[in-house]
Amino acid sequence: MSSPAKETLSVKLPNLVGYWSEFRGQWRVKIAVSSLLPVLRSLRNDAGFNQLTDLTCVDHLELAGATDRFELVYVLLNIESGERVIVKTFVNEPDLKVPSVTSIWFGADWLEREVYDMYGITFDGHPNFKRLLLPEGFASFPLRKDYPQQGRGERHNFPVITRAES
Amino acid sequence: MPLELLEPNTSDPSKREGLWTLNFGPQHPATHTTLRLILQLDGEMVVDAEPDIGFLHSGFEKLGESLDYNQYVTIVDRMNYISPLANEIAWHHSVEALLDIELTPRCKYIRTIFAELMRIHDHLLCLGTCVLDLGGATAFMYAFNEREYIYEICERASGQRFHTSYTRVGGLLYDVTDDWIAMVRKFVRNFHKAYNDFSGLVMKNRIFIERTRDVGVLSYEDAIAGGATGPVARASGVERDLRIDEPYLAYDDFDFNICCSRSGDCYARFQVRMMEMLQSIKIIEQAIENLPSGPVFNEAYGKVVLPDKTEVYRSIEGLIHHFESIMPNRQADGPKDSLYAATESPNGELGYYLVSDGSFRAYRARTRPPSLLHFSLFPRMIRGCMLSDVVAVLGSINIIAAELDR
Repeated sequence: MSSPAKETLSVKLPNLVGYWSEFRGQWRVKIAVSSLLPVLRSLRNDAGFNQLTDLTCVDHLELAGATDRFELVYVLLNIESGERVIVKTFVNEPDLKVPSVTSIWFGADWLEREVYDMYGITFDGHPNFKRLLLPEGFASFPLRKDYPQQGRGERHNFPVITRAES
Repeated sequence: MPLELLEPNTSDPSKREGLWTLNFGPQHPATHTTLRLILQLDGEMVVDAEPDIGFLHSGFEKLGESLDYNQYVTIVDRMNYISPLANEIAWHHSVEALLDIELTPRCKYIRTIFAELMRIHDHLLCLGTCVLDLGGATAFMYAFNEREYIYEICERASGQRFHTSYTRVGGLLYDVTDDWIAMVRKFVRNFHKAYNDFSGLVMKNRIFIERTRDVGVLSYEDAIAGGATGPVARASGVERDLRIDEPYLAYDDFDFNICCSRSGDCYARFQVRMMEMLQSIKIIEQAIENLPSGPVFNEAYGKVVLPDKTEVYRSIEGLIHHFESIMPNRQADGPKDSLYAATESPNGELGYYLVSDGSFRAYRARTRPPSLLHFSLFPRMIRGCMLSDVVAVLGSINIIAAELDR
């Protein structure tokens, strides 16, 4: 069994180093950050993956056997054929930079901002790059595994704006 | 007013001089929960809108990393609290896909009935409250009358009206009883009358049509590239429904249609929701009349799946089995892998991306909320519309802030 996405990529990007795997009928490919944009663009234009269903991140800090820290996960969908493919790439500290895919699917806008908000990974070329859910000025990235579940006191040290000051 | 006349103003930056800013929310009756819009107005026309979200952020995904698969269900049903059971079904659908658990036919059917009840539940609230925001209070009461009955159905099955926490890995909290079946049958019998009342009050109402037709248009291309799913995408002509394209639960057994529209405006979104309710009631009717007998828990999966409650209370083996399943220090031998699985929730594609380290709790439990992607499309829909259209567009995409912010 092979996936149409794999075949398209092997024709369009023959020099690509990608590790394909299948789990419960779902195809995933692991690629380097440098080839992220060409691969996603090729999947969009040549293989018909016209929707970015989800973009998220996983912190591998406490995962046994993991070598890289942050894993970015792009879940793509081809609306016509219903095929899904997951593209994964890895980034490590201190270089937490990934090219933005908003030019390919503009729906990536908020998804990328959310990943930055929760993990602190910056997306180059994003049109409006700032925090999404947490307030500006929040110092940490709470979904990282080294951030405590109860927080670092942000909640009860939150500055209160009174009616007179506002 | 036609959109073409207004368009030139919005693109020309030199005309942005005389704009004024309006803060819409976070506490506003039409935002339903807490979300904020910063609107740039040219007179009464919306030139630009910037959503500001996060007021209800509660760290659900962080909690998902410390609670096990059965415990986290109490958190997921607080995400889209308009249709809590749809979240639970989506969550356990992903968990069961990860652990490769096959449900029993009875469990599949009951979950399907609940998923469709929740679709009606959600659509009734979306339609009812939007009509209320647009100035018609009567239809809202008709919608809430039916919703109240669905709450009673939930209460009969799970003991909870609102946050039912009814599903379990590989099964359900309790099996349903005969009077629950009678209640669902009664709901199906009475629904058409309520539907016709509601539909007559709203969908043919001239004021409602004027307020929603050609307002907040989302094009086919924008719907796809922007990640729209569910009724919002189908109203723009995207023919995709996970119940048919990636059949899960018992949807393969039933006869129903995808409801689509082409115009992509607010009215089309309401129309799609109205039509979907009829398809849902059709599914419920088929499912409740063909409800299979047998257990709701699949015993074949041993310690992963909880035993039936009657066994726990009446036999020592059941109690031991339950104890071993609940204790956190037991041997876990799940897959060390990751998976994305999604269901068609009332609002759109509700997916979970799970990463497992082999234990019985998720290493990473990412929710893919439909509201987040729909709300990011809001500025595109509202540009060139009037200020009074903001509530119509907000109502038609049905933003639930708890799901949006998690």
